[in-house]
Amino acid sequence: MYSVDKLDASSFVEGVDRVFIIILGFSFLFLIVLTFLMVWFIFKYRKSKHPKAVQIEGNTKLEIAWTGGAFILVIALFFVGWAGYKPMLNVPDDAMKITAIARMWQFNFLYENGKMTDSLVIPVDQAVELDLVALDVIHSLYIPAFRVKEDMVPGIEKNMWFKSLREGGYDLFCAEYCGLEHSFMNARVRVLSDSAYQAWYVDTTKVEIPTDIPAWQAGLRVMQKNGCVACHTSDGNKLVGPTYLGVYGHMVEVETGGRTRQVMADSMYIRNSILDPGSDIVKGYNKGLMLSYEGLVSDEEIGLIIEYLKHLNN
Amino acid sequence: MINAKLERREPSFYDVSERKGILAWILSTDHKRIGLLYLYSIMSFFIIGAILGLLMKLELLAPGKTIMEAKTYNGVFTLHGIIMIFLIVIPGLPAVFGNFMLPILIGAKDVAFPRLNLLSWYIYIFGAILAVASQFMSGGPPDTGWTFYAPYSFKTTTNMLPAVLGAFVLGFSSILTGLNFIVTIHRMRAPGMTWLKMPLFPWTLYGTAWIQLLATPVIGITLLMTVGERIFNIGFFDPALGGDPILYQHLFWIYSHPAVYVMILPAMGAISEILPTFAQKTIFGYKAIIISTLAIAFVGYFVWGHHMFTSGMSGVALYVFSILTFLVAIPSGVKVFNWISTIYKGSINLKTPFYWAVSFIFVFMIGGLTGLVLGALATDVHVHDTHFVVAHFHFIVFGGVGFAFMGAIHYWFPKMFGRMYEETWANVGWLIFFIGFLTLYLPMFYLGIAGMPRRYFDYLPQFHGGNIISSLGAIVMIMGLVIIITNLVRSAKFGNPVESDNPWNGKTLEWTVESPPSLENFEEIPIIDKGPYDYE
Repeated sequence: MYSVDKLDASSFVEGVDRVFIIILGFSFLFLIVLTFLMVWFIFKYRKSKHPKAVQIEGNTKLEIAWTGGAFILVIALFFVGWAGYKPMLNVPDDAMKITAIARMWQFNFLYENGKMTDSLVIPVDQAVELDLVALDVIHSLYIPAFRVKEDMVPGIEKNMWFKSLREGGYDLFCAEYCGLEHSFMNARVRVLSDSAYQAWYVDTTKVEIPTDIPAWQAGLRVMQKNGCVACHTSDGNKLVGPTYLGVYGHMVEVETGGRTRQVMADSMYIRNSILDPGSDIVKGYNKGLMLSYEGLVSDEEIGLIIEYLKHLNN
Repeated sequence: MINAKLERREPSFYDVSERKGILAWILSTDHKRIGLLYLYSIMSFFIIGAILGLLMKLELLAPGKTIMEAKTYNGVFTLHGIIMIFLIVIPGLPAVFGNFMLPILIGAKDVAFPRLNLLSWYIYIFGAILAVASQFMSGGPPDTGWTFYAPYSFKTTTNMLPAVLGAFVLGFSSILTGLNFIVTIHRMRAPGMTWLKMPLFPWTLYGTAWIQLLATPVIGITLLMTVGERIFNIGFFDPALGGDPILYQHLFWIYSHPAVYVMILPAMGAISEILPTFAQKTIFGYKAIIISTLAIAFVGYFVWGHHMFTSGMSGVALYVFSILTFLVAIPSGVKVFNWISTIYKGSINLKTPFYWAVSFIFVFMIGGLTGLVLGALATDVHVHDTHFVVAHFHFIVFGGVGFAFMGAIHYWFPKMFGRMYEETWANVGWLIFFIGFLTLYLPMFYLGIAGMPRRYFDYLPQFHGGNIISSLGAIVMIMGLVIIITNLVRSAKFGNPVESDNPWNGKTLEWTVESPPSLENFEEIPIIDKGPYDYE
């Protein structure tokens, strides 16, 4: 369960929450005192009780005092905010590296041994450094329970780090608006004990496709896992990309290098559309929205996807 | 608009025109008619923008699809932002009350360049048409958010160019109005009105005008670069073409943060006019308010980076922007202290504009104080791009500017229309609106701290409770709004004619002229020999 009140979800929580409490506490105090004064003055000096106003043009001493007071206070609050932030800038030397890859509208996490997942799995009590890679537009990796957020900017090398102190599951959101399915672009963070993590980590079978279900169902799993269904429907509706319904084995009008042609949507075509989506663009759709899934889906998985498409024809 | 009870010395400006019907309005160079043209345009757009806002809140009533698809939702929040920011709050008080009241407040017959003033309105309408038309052209409504962040704005297949061009054109309207006001304030003050005898609303318009003049060109250039990139594939911002998306954010916020002060400064000015009148008391710390106005206008240029704490700036840049952001809180705080001190020992006339003014101070304090959370680095990282930010800027921009606008229109209504609104309905409308406003936006602070990102069509179940309360608040607030607007529109035509040219016993110059004013405002240009709020 995601929660905001676990003080040891990450090593930053305590520090950041302290800043929240100081600033919000001060703000409440300020708001209550001033509102009280305001209401009291309105009540006390209303026209029926106080028919003649007392003219006061100002009070230099008082004005200097509150300006100075405000100055000291905001500088103090700045330092509080800075102190709470500073640890986020300094990545520890022993941090474990994971590459976080964002594309519309999916997160993937690439581990040093080549393992790739759609949820972020990390060991407890271990500093983790994420190298942030955005493939298309700006995304932002946000784990509320950890109090961390960093934008993922295409073309710019960035990183972020955190250390979770508590095993469990947490939510991870994309916080920078990135188009149609922005609000569905989220993932899970799983914090495992060291031994559970090691066992998980060495298991590099790429996708755990269950063998006890029909191939077309496995194909659907593969597509859900890779976020395909965010842009393609199976019911004939048009989203960002064309629907899967009635594609396989039918003629499709595509643009290839500026030239319109008819092609047969066979296994080769499907495979090419996954690995090199920019080469044939279905008429009426835009180039450049889908990126290549080369290295993300295996030939075996493409086979399962084709089984699913065939299944839709029935 | 002949006033039955008051004998007029000169005919009202409504009754003097060489032209008939609508031409008397759209070809008029009279600052009062132009102010009203802006008022009617802004009101119409505001009703559209408010309906869009309500639709969004209804969509968020429950997780998943409630009343619209994600694509529609993304288009709706984009249009809501474009309309509210570019068509309403940026022109806002300067365009309406600046035009109508500035010349009268400084004892002038009109602004310095009346024809340029009318041109600004035409440019505004042209920009507005472009922005709104983008919704109906092929390609579909733009879905980038009002910030048009690169490189998404280059990738989207929707109709982004007309919206960007619309914003570009609107900028010129803003620049021309700013220029006009600066010259007017420098050259056309009545004899004897030295800078330190000028009322505070003109002072804030002056600070605002400089921001409009100096900062708006930056957004113009940025938007042109965007157009150039989209049409000619010049790589300014898109990394695929060798550009830098962060550069876009810098350029965008170099304008758009000062633009927040374009919105809020005149609002502060209006409050500084309303409070002395209803407290029957001179403003506390006149000079401090002027200095804080100029300080906000100046420091406001240098704080844009606080929109980008998670974009990946260097540590030094982060600290500098954070500390500057905190510094800009000081003059805002000083103003609040001065306003509260102004009502101390006053003789308070509890009327509708006063209710709006004090509720302005309350919501502005909440908006300002939550700004400290966003200025502090540690907390900003957590709540950046969440509903916390949405709540914060609605407290400032809608709470601040909106409440001040409402206060100002109730305050100057008898002067502008020569009639009075129904006071009971005005107060009932205010109360319902105020309650609805707090119910709508306060839960969003909670949602943000709990981690709900903004611009979310759908959300996880843990965010449901806060969203329900917020959506109900939206419904209440809209009810209040309907009462307020109906009352004002009805009263402008059928309200009781005012019994006095100075119903609130105000001391500034607009209360010395007739209601509504004559074409040239003053029969004789007044000679000023005392401060603006002289109740001795």
